[in-house]
Amino acid sequence: MSRVAKGHDRSLMLGNEALARGLVENGCRMATSYPGTPASEILSSVAAWKKSEKLDRMHVQWAVNEKVAFEIAYTGSIAGLRTAVAMKQVGLNVASDPFMSAAYLGVKGGFLVISADDPGPHSSQTEQDSRLYAMSAKVPVLDPDSPGQARDMTGVGFRLSEEFEIPVMIRPTTRVCHARQDIEKKKVQRNNVEAVFEKNPARWAATPKFRYKLHNQLEEKLKKIALWKETAPVCLNPSVQSKKAIIVSGVSAAHAKDIVRELGVEGIITLYQVIQPYPLHTQFIEMVLKKHDDILVLEETTGVIEMQLARSDRVKGKNSGHVPETGELLPEIIEKIIADFLSVKSGSKILETKPGRRPTLCAGCPHRASFFAIKKAAPKGIYTSDIGCYTLGMNLKAVDTVLCMGAAISQAAGFAHAYDDKKRPPIVATMGDSTFFHAGIPALIDAVVQNIPFLLVILDNRTTAMTGNQPTPASGKDVLGEPVTAIDIEKLVKGCGIKYCRTANPMETDKFIPLLKKAVKYSQNNGPAVVISRSPCLLSLPNEELRENYKRVEITDTCDGCGYCISHFECPAMVMDKEKEKVTLDRSLCTGCGVCVHVCPKKSIVPAESSNVEGS
Amino acid sequence: MNYQIIISGAGGQGVLFITRLLAEACMNDNRHVLTSETHGMAQRGGTVISHLKVGDFKSPLIRPGSADLFVALKPENLDLHYGFLKKSGMAIVNSSEGSLTAGTNRAKALNADFLANQDNNPGSINLYMLGGAIALIPVCSIEKIKKQIEIRFVKKDKKIRAKAVMALERGFKTIVSGC
Ligand code: SF4
Ligand code: SF4
Repeated sequence: MSRVAKGHDRSLMLGNEALARGLVENGCRMATSYPGTPASEILSSVAAWKKSEKLDRMHVQWAVNEKVAFEIAYTGSIAGLRTAVAMKQVGLNVASDPFMSAAYLGVKGGFLVISADDPGPHSSQTEQDSRLYAMSAKVPVLDPDSPGQARDMTGVGFRLSEEFEIPVMIRPTTRVCHARQDIEKKKVQRNNVEAVFEKNPARWAATPKFRYKLHNQLEEKLKKIALWKETAPVCLNPSVQSKKAIIVSGVSAAHAKDIVRELGVEGIITLYQVIQPYPLHTQFIEMVLKKHDDILVLEETTGVIEMQLARSDRVKGKNSGHVPETGELLPEIIEKIIADFLSVKSGSKILETKPGRRPTLCAGCPHRASFFAIKKAAPKGIYTSDIGCYTLGMNLKAVDTVLCMGAAISQAAGFAHAYDDKKRPPIVATMGDSTFFHAGIPALIDAVVQNIPFLLVILDNRTTAMTGNQPTPASGKDVLGEPVTAIDIEKLVKGCGIKYCRTANPMETDKFIPLLKKAVKYSQNNGPAVVISRSPCLLSLPNEELRENYKRVEITDTCDGCGYCISHFECPAMVMDKEKEKVTLDRSLCTGCGVCVHVCPKKSIVPAESSNVEGS
Repeated sequence: MNYQIIISGAGGQGVLFITRLLAEACMNDNRHVLTSETHGMAQRGGTVISHLKVGDFKSPLIRPGSADLFVALKPENLDLHYGFLKKSGMAIVNSSEGSLTAGTNRAKALNADFLANQDNNPGSINLYMLGGAIALIPVCSIEKIKKQIEIRFVKKDKKIRAKAVMALERGFKTIVSGC
């Protein structure tokens, strides 16, 4: 149906909004998260509906990291409430400890773990498949193909979770989280269940002996879940009888549905959609293997369904080499695989990927100023860094390593231990404020204990910028914008045992470089030092404030087009005019931060008032 | 009528904004819509692309060789993404060059940077392009999009709203009048 009957209350919902909508429609009472693409918008959408639907008894919060977020929401569920935690796939690595245990202990109120995968990857460090985590923890997982199905799965997931007292994972991928679809809203369910925690230490504080029992119970639960009707695979064209079959799941199902129709093969090939990839329904496995002797499985990112069918002689998929094991399963790739499988013709074209524009820090971003100063203060240094907008410091050659959240400090320590002699270069770690709270603190304590000679620059822009400016524990504001206690980063740093801690504004380049030089020197002679480089992210500032602080700069005729500012500073507002052999300013991008005045070695960039040149 | 539309540009240019605006306008015209967007790192000035499908679709992505319309907010994006167009598809490119070719497809230039500069309306380059695009392929009436701008900017200053509508109209008229 390409047209919709009139009179429905539909709205255009992002997959993440649809997941959030599902939570509030199904009486979720606690929702927690730590931001990370592609999952970031889930919690902010829950908060928006809490406000607009006046769900006063609902608790919504950003937590300091995914582990903490998980444990808070999980505990709400053992007190009998419906709760949910949302994160990106690498966030699940951080929360994996409570995740594994929660499977054994089980839940009371329905508990959903939303873990968003990023095949591609588009905005992640890995392409890992959260469904493998679910398998490893022995937790059932649901795999939505669209925003609409993601919304519906929240209700199914809560019921499944309550029926078997088990956490349930919902695993959307980027193409579900960041797809938009017109969705009809359902009524919000006001859930007034009172919290009741029934004490039972043998379960909630189980010792290894009891854990063994719980493990047995978990296995029993899984056997029953593999028979549960509501999440059983569905046949999309039951009238078709064919020896071959295609099994699809997640967004690959959405692609395959369109493709099968367009290739005109929907009448000749049986198509099954798996809703719950793990545990795969027992009767489905038996039936499929009995009815079909040649089976193609399309799923992202690992062959989880294929693995459970366990018949490499008859099942084609990722493990058998018929479907690529890495990268996103784009519809054009699926089209080719299906056409080959059925020996039909297709016009499938795979686009060669041409390098597009590379991302860069915003014009006027304070991180750029920090990185420029760091390179001046420790020109031959090793620069360890971390996850956030500032990873883009790579373009400026001021970022040498990025491993995972919080690793900048431990990697600095690793280099310090590795270079145990006089040849040790200065080591400068950079880490954002939000990342420091998330995973930097234990590493800093370790560095203090080991007296590591390194400088940590905390890039404190007062926000979690990369994922859309969520508050940090230092913001003093929660997800609803309400005031909460703000954590003082200086005190925290000193509390970790750091003796040398300075705070400064990186935009005041002439003062900031000497301050950094001193700190580097101190760290080389005495042990760990911290500089808190504090200046707000531009995207978090209101326009009036930006206008007030605008410092107009000009490029004088003495600019000879050497390109130093472009290669060492890379402000997107600076453009090389190849014809005139001179750098010009793109005024529509320049934010007037004024830092470039200190960058040009020939002093050709000047504040507007001291210049007698017309604007370029 | 089903439509598949690719919109691309650089992060910060408002690719997502016009994708959503057009999708909402079509939705309010009682049609099903499905989009796929770029979020995260690429939004910091990198290449951003969105897919918009209007009508009877399940997959949020457009396959190469199937788009009816391609809107490029940066001239270099034409080369990056014209492969999505089908043979009879049309591209509109924000460019100062008069005639453009992209593979075997027809591409129309609209100098949105210039128009925006002339109108002192630099924040609306995306809307000039959207206006031009729907003049080329009538995915949705301009009236419906104007209405959607009114809804989205309801809390904003009247002047901002008027500037947005003006950009949309000027882009539209420029293409209709063929210059
Ligand atoms: S969003 Fe903020 S922190 Fe990120 S690059 Fe832009 S100004 Fe810098
Ligand atoms: S003042 Fe200089 S560094 Fe700052 S945004 Fe403008 S061009 Fe870029």
